[in-house]
Amino acid sequence: MTLLGLERIEARHGLLQAVRGVSLNIEPGETLALVGANGAGKTTLLRTVAGAHRPAAGRILFEGADVTAVPAYARLRAGIALVPEGRRLFAGMTVKENLVVAAAHGRPGHWNVDTVLEAFPLLQRRLNSRAGNLSGGEQQATAIGRALMTNPKLLLLDEVSLGLAPIAVEAVYRSIDTLIKGGATIILVEQDIGRSLDVATRVACMLEGRIILEEDAKEVTREQVTEAYFGLQRARRSAS
Amino acid sequence: MSSERRFSVERWTRLSATASLIAAIILVVLALAPLLFSANVVDSLTNLFIYLILAIMWNALAGYAGLVSVGQQAFFGLGAYFAIQLSYYGVSVYPALLLGAAIAGLLSLPISVLMLRLRGGEFAIGMWVVAELVHLLVALDPLINGETGVSMIGLNAFAPDARRDYNYWLALTVMVVMLGTVFALLRGRLGASVQAIRDDEDAAESVGVRVLAGKRTIFFLAAFGCALAGSLWLATSISFQPRQYFGIQWTAYMIFMVLVGGLGTFEGPIIGAVIFFLIEYLFGETGVWYLVGLGGAAIVFALFLPRGLWGTVEDRFGIRLLPVGYRLRLLHSPAGAEAAEQRDG
Amino acid sequence: MIWVTQLINGVLLGGYYALLACGLSFMFGVMGIINLAHGDLAILSACLVFLLADSAGISPFIALVAVLPVMGLIGWGLQRWMLERSLRAGVLVPLLTTFGLAIVIENGLFEYFGADTRSLAPYIGDFAFDSWAITGNLYVGSLAVLIFALAVLLLGGLKLFLTYTPLGRSIRATAEDPDTAALVGINTRAVYAIAAAIAVATAALAGVFLAMRAVFTPYSGPEQLIFAFEAVVIGGIGSLLGTLIGGVVLGVAQTFGAQINPQGFFIAGHVVFFVVLAARLALGAVRARGGIHALLARAP
Repeated sequence: MTLLGLERIEARHGLLQAVRGVSLNIEPGETLALVGANGAGKTTLLRTVAGAHRPAAGRILFEGADVTAVPAYARLRAGIALVPEGRRLFAGMTVKENLVVAAAHGRPGHWNVDTVLEAFPLLQRRLNSRAGNLSGGEQQATAIGRALMTNPKLLLLDEVSLGLAPIAVEAVYRSIDTLIKGGATIILVEQDIGRSLDVATRVACMLEGRIILEEDAKEVTREQVTEAYFGLQRARRSAS
Repeated sequence: MSSERRFSVERWTRLSATASLIAAIILVVLALAPLLFSANVVDSLTNLFIYLILAIMWNALAGYAGLVSVGQQAFFGLGAYFAIQLSYYGVSVYPALLLGAAIAGLLSLPISVLMLRLRGGEFAIGMWVVAELVHLLVALDPLINGETGVSMIGLNAFAPDARRDYNYWLALTVMVVMLGTVFALLRGRLGASVQAIRDDEDAAESVGVRVLAGKRTIFFLAAFGCALAGSLWLATSISFQPRQYFGIQWTAYMIFMVLVGGLGTFEGPIIGAVIFFLIEYLFGETGVWYLVGLGGAAIVFALFLPRGLWGTVEDRFGIRLLPVGYRLRLLHSPAGAEAAEQRDG
Repeated sequence: MIWVTQLINGVLLGGYYALLACGLSFMFGVMGIINLAHGDLAILSACLVFLLADSAGISPFIALVAVLPVMGLIGWGLQRWMLERSLRAGVLVPLLTTFGLAIVIENGLFEYFGADTRSLAPYIGDFAFDSWAITGNLYVGSLAVLIFALAVLLLGGLKLFLTYTPLGRSIRATAEDPDTAALVGINTRAVYAIAAAIAVATAALAGVFLAMRAVFTPYSGPEQLIFAFEAVVIGGIGSLLGTLIGGVVLGVAQTFGAQINPQGFFIAGHVVFFVVLAARLALGAVRARGGIHALLARAP
């Protein structure tokens, strides 16, 4: 069964239309890379899926059930976990507390403090450090680990490489790769087109709130995605 | 692409011009009131003007500067207190009233140095503490006789009728001047910045709005205005008991008037004061149930009708009676946009 | 030796202030609301216990056990139906609604009870006057010591609760970042309601003890609110231990001030408050919301 179904989602920020009529289906085990420039609506879409943002119109179906009106905390408990843009750790709490506070409301499963530390060994020495004192890469690892602690069925990653040194980005994507091989279903928002194409099974590109390209990752070239990213595709289409 | 201006910025509209004219006429009638109406009416109007001054001042603080003060009664009492002090040192009565208020207003400046560093609830209760401390200190003054209080004896030198009329005209003048000052401020540069200050101080600061100076100006004005109201109250009631003048009920009245009328609007406090005056006239004798009603009304309005009566009307119908804001009028719809829409489809 | 006795009395009084201020500080820390009705809620609780003691002859200590959950429920309801809406409406609105609530409670109690001063002291028998001798000449009131001990227990217990329990962690997370808290599965509405219940229940506890060790009227609320606020500010917004310290400093200042003049009790307290406030501001140490979250969320 389709894990996630989005039907004509519209989302606004005040009077500004951020997402216009997006429809999408995600199957279990897929990794969808969602690319697009700043302001294209990717973060708003992810937040809408996670329940942090109420859509102005449209439906969200998770495992067949309509969750459009379900609040964020309940969606987490149903299995949708978001790693927010900017990580948003609880800076005053330790790494361990960040992990544990999420696990308290999650579902049972493979992920616990030990397995998270296995996946992100760099956190082992920082378990009792204040989250606010961590480096960028450590914070990102903690943020992903925190989401994993809830044993989600659908993992939403919002710009996990933002602001990180290349070596940290490498580490993050290695762990994402491991997750994918383990069978996770992921929606990955990225500005780095190359990286996203490497790990994704499918890629979608957003521009001004709409999805203007949606293809199998293997069947699309990087150039095509880049054009869509900058909206050049449209200009080409209308000129012909 | 046409290069004509597609909009115009206006300050006066037909409606606001008409309203201003009506306001001017009302003002003339009010000025002649002692000659036209009975003593009771004059007394009542004087009270109304005092409430109006308080409402305008509290609205300026909370609605324009974003400062919720639960301690304006400090200045209300200080205005009266200094007036009495001056009177006992030989200053004639009416100048003493004005001067006393001025001193109280000036005192607000050093107070503001500390208080304006606080925000939100800390400022609110901080001002309350100021009021309590001032209350205590004033009650310690042997001249005041503790909570028993004193009278402003100099007022008895005037015949009751004359005193009533002088009080009335003084209250009217003060009210008009206060209204005018607030109006002028709002139309000036401060007016444009108050919305910014109220919504997001830090952002306002970052685009060059002189937040602290703006707040201090309004804080001083509100203090001076409340002090004048206190002096006027003293002029009408002659006696001064600290508990009466420094009581928290004044803040309750101010909050009620401003919330019901419309926080942050110019006309709101006026309407709120009139409503409060009527309620007090009708229900004031029922004891404290009337205060319970005021408190309950404040809660209901704050939760469900946050823009107050006038604010809601303003929002619904888009009208502004008095020209304090700017109106953006679109002169004609640009044809270019429509063609672009069609291209996209 | 007078001043030693006064010092001890001041410290013990500080225990009461810490008890009273705990809820105010807690609600501000978790929700960012300064509850202007805090003092009045304490008095409401005192009135309820008084009713039970006066008309049904129930000992205040036992009545307390019944009244505390009721007050907790009131706090819960307050949050759900009034404060939640207030927060959504804007930063200033909670001040206006809690002020309105304060006016309603005070005057409502006045309508029912009248202006007489009352006390629960007659209903706790000798305990109100019992004292223990520390040395030959030094006595401390047992009630005052009990209150101080309760304050320490409450503040300490709260700290442990916040640090080591799942609910406590959820509260800290919500206090720091409610948006993200929801994203990790925390029901923030429920958290706020529980925090409000705790805050009001502690105020209720303080109110009953106020009634035991002193007198109260329906209009005693605002004064208690001011003392609680002063204690929180003196001790540092955001610190549970600071609340205790602030309470003690306030209590000591007031007790010494009273030696000079009856009004000196109040004046000394306010003056110390302003001095500490000015000093803090001058040192740039007052950063309200950041401070409380930093402390509430701090690791053990």
